Amino acid sequence: MSAPTFDLGNLHGGLRLPARKDKSTAQAIQHVPVPQQLVIPITQHVGNPAHPVVGIGERVLKGQLIAESGGPISAPVHASSSGKVVAIEPWPVSRRLGGNAPCIVIECDGEDSAVELSEAIVPFETFEQDILFQKILQGGIVGLGGAVFPTAQKLMHASITPLEHLVLNGVECEPYISCDDMLMREQADEILAGAQILMHALGVEHCFVAIESDKPEAIHAIAEEMAKLQDDRIVIKQVPTIYPSGAEDQLVQLVTNKEVPSGGLPTDVGCVVQNVATAAAVYRWICKGEPLISRVTTVTGDGIPAPMNVFARIGTTAADIVNFVGGYTENVRHLVIGGLMTGKSVTNDRIPLVKATNCILVLTGAERTGKEQPCIRCGDCASACPVQLLPQQLFWYACADNEAKLRSYGLMDCIECGCCDLVCPSHIPLTADFKMAKARMRELEDEVARAERARDRYVAHTERLEKEQLLREQQLDAQKQAARDAGPRAIADIIERSNKGDADGE
Amino acid sequence: MEFVRRDAPFMAPTASVPAIMRQVLYALIPAAIVHVWFFGPGLILNMLIAVTFCIGGESAMMVARGKSIGDAIGDFSAVVTAIILAFALPPLTPWWVTATAALFGIVVAKHLYGGLGFNIFNPAMAGYVVVLVAFPTYLNFWTVPRIGDIDYHYVDLFETLHYTLTGGLPEYLTVDAVSRASPLDAVKSGLSTMHTFAEIDANPMMGNFGGRGWEWISNFILLGGIWLMMKRIIRWHIPLGVFGGLLVPSIIMYAIESGANASPGFYLFSGATMLCAFFVATDPVSAATSPKGRLIYGAGIGFLIYAIRRWGSYADGVAFAVIIMNMAAPAIDYITKPRIVGHIWREKSRTGE
Repeated sequence: MSAPTFDLGNLHGGLRLPARKDKSTAQAIQHVPVPQQLVIPITQHVGNPAHPVVGIGERVLKGQLIAESGGPISAPVHASSSGKVVAIEPWPVSRRLGGNAPCIVIECDGEDSAVELSEAIVPFETFEQDILFQKILQGGIVGLGGAVFPTAQKLMHASITPLEHLVLNGVECEPYISCDDMLMREQADEILAGAQILMHALGVEHCFVAIESDKPEAIHAIAEEMAKLQDDRIVIKQVPTIYPSGAEDQLVQLVTNKEVPSGGLPTDVGCVVQNVATAAAVYRWICKGEPLISRVTTVTGDGIPAPMNVFARIGTTAADIVNFVGGYTENVRHLVIGGLMTGKSVTNDRIPLVKATNCILVLTGAERTGKEQPCIRCGDCASACPVQLLPQQLFWYACADNEAKLRSYGLMDCIECGCCDLVCPSHIPLTADFKMAKARMRELEDEVARAERARDRYVAHTERLEKEQLLREQQLDAQKQAARDAGPRAIADIIERSNKGDADGE
Repeated sequence: MEFVRRDAPFMAPTASVPAIMRQVLYALIPAAIVHVWFFGPGLILNMLIAVTFCIGGESAMMVARGKSIGDAIGDFSAVVTAIILAFALPPLTPWWVTATAALFGIVVAKHLYGGLGFNIFNPAMAGYVVVLVAFPTYLNFWTVPRIGDIDYHYVDLFETLHYTLTGGLPEYLTVDAVSRASPLDAVKSGLSTMHTFAEIDANPMMGNFGGRGWEWISNFILLGGIWLMMKRIIRWHIPLGVFGGLLVPSIIMYAIESGANASPGFYLFSGATMLCAFFVATDPVSAATSPKGRLIYGAGIGFLIYAIRRWGSYADGVAFAVIIMNMAAPAIDYITKPRIVGHIWREKSRTGE
């Protein structure tokens, strides 16, 4: 077993935030029973949407494929329990703000009978890399840290780059969220077994398990499991409790002291990052044959009287989960999917738990009040920014819609962590403003691309016409030249011949 | 169940502009008490007049701009401007001088540039410079500090009021009875008349570093500034820059010729050096914003204070130094733009490939 190490890179800025995790970590992970109805969004990852492969009225079993991956970056979806498909219809979801997304609605029969595995489970060491990627893809596994990038494709891309480290992300730096912490405490064996599978798949010989220093229990649990495993390729890396040390690029910077290049990926500095829960999900699929149909999520916030971590089926609605933990307090105002800093506020608790849902946060609305005032250029935002941007300048240029300046001041490097927002004494919603400016910029890019394509078409069209015109002129010139070369005698001949022809015809 | 949608982050902000401004005001309370002890109630009167005209000017401008008055008054920034202006003016100042400075600072330097956050110049210093140029005689009139062993007349509330309202002392008092050249003036004129600094320093008006009385106000402003730094209302970069910019040339000059130059300590603890380092130059709106930029900005102010005091025709150069560096702040920000994380690696990997 190796001791936790402390040699770390530097992170600019960041904030020490109140943890607010003590309540939700006070008890073990509780299992939410299978609800009467599951609402399973067809697409739960970033990339190409999945396609449903079941029809309305069809009976499905637990673990059965209900939507297949639909493109180069995609992941399939499985039924979380057995029952009957009653509808495939738009349903409010957390990923698209305020919008709906197509969902497969399953009326559960309560039997929870599982589908039979098509292949027998064999030790993962026997798999070739490519086969293992295919297997992971079939399990519907996506990054569970919140980004939900399809894991198989992330690994596939990483495996063709020169890799040094696999980094397991157990940092979980946002306040309130503790699902990874609890998973590490209770299922350290699954996480580490998953790490071994991932290392085999990637062909790397080194793995960091990064955990924040305020999680001694998790560090202890992982260390104990490591002692049992005797795998000296895996090392615990304790990182300081500074938000946002768990953001992918920031974690790589902390762990390896290398900056992920702007617009690049951690693989550019020899790292691939996977969430600890993703590693556990890989293990459960490869070694137990259980696809990604459930996850641990934290139900917490000042609007929840008894915060806790629950293990629930994908597709269980937030309302069902909150009911299970004992309902809301009075005067709840906001329902947030995700954390206090980067979560998404939704208007309705009918939204289902998806693969990305690491936290269901209910707030009474006491948090964050204050009227927006003019920026006094105090620069606190710049000192807090983990990417070392100058939010005060970006804000200025965002107001002025100055696209060139926004670009040169690095708007696209903004990780939307919310640090600047929180420290702003003028209470300017900087993060929201930057998200909007980014969206506008992307739109503009699309527009520019469209305009460029149109221009290319126009240029090609004009060129073609010009070429045709030129050809015609050349032909005409050639004919004229031929006539000139032949001289007046030839012309007289032609006229004579044509006259003669006319006469013959008569 | 239905919920209200809102943008992330959902945490309460950790700071607010009015809270910052209030703390700046609290930090000046000890220095104000010491000021009144040494120079009489003039400061309080100046504060009242300045606050009245700053808030009046701000309200009028907010109305003229079609905005809510409460928003502007509620942030306490006009009060801070007024209080700093009052500290900068002599204890006995006619009300119209104070009013001119306050109105110019708030109306022209602040609101005509777009209000809080958009002003290029520090409003208090802009106002002060205007009256320094317009009313030089009033601004050079400093009463004698209460320090026991020199000829001293305590200017009471009635006399102060009389001067403030009319611009003259009651008939039974002469100007010479209540006023002295300020230490900076004394040093400037002394050095120019071929006195050595040691000779000037032997005058009972001179204290340990600056002038007696004056240096105690500086001490308490320094304390207030340290408290603000501990509360992280201001950062250390600008004060350090100001001290460095002032001390480096003054130490060099003093080392070369200690007779013809005042001591570095004198420059540090006299005039408005301390007020500038902690309360004026640190005005975030008109200063540079990056840490490196703030060091440069502060050093520029420090050096200009020294240059004006030593080679210029004004006894103190704080206001001019601040105004000049205010103009340089955007350029400083531009050249000290920090490297965005992840941006050097791309260059490296590009050249590596």
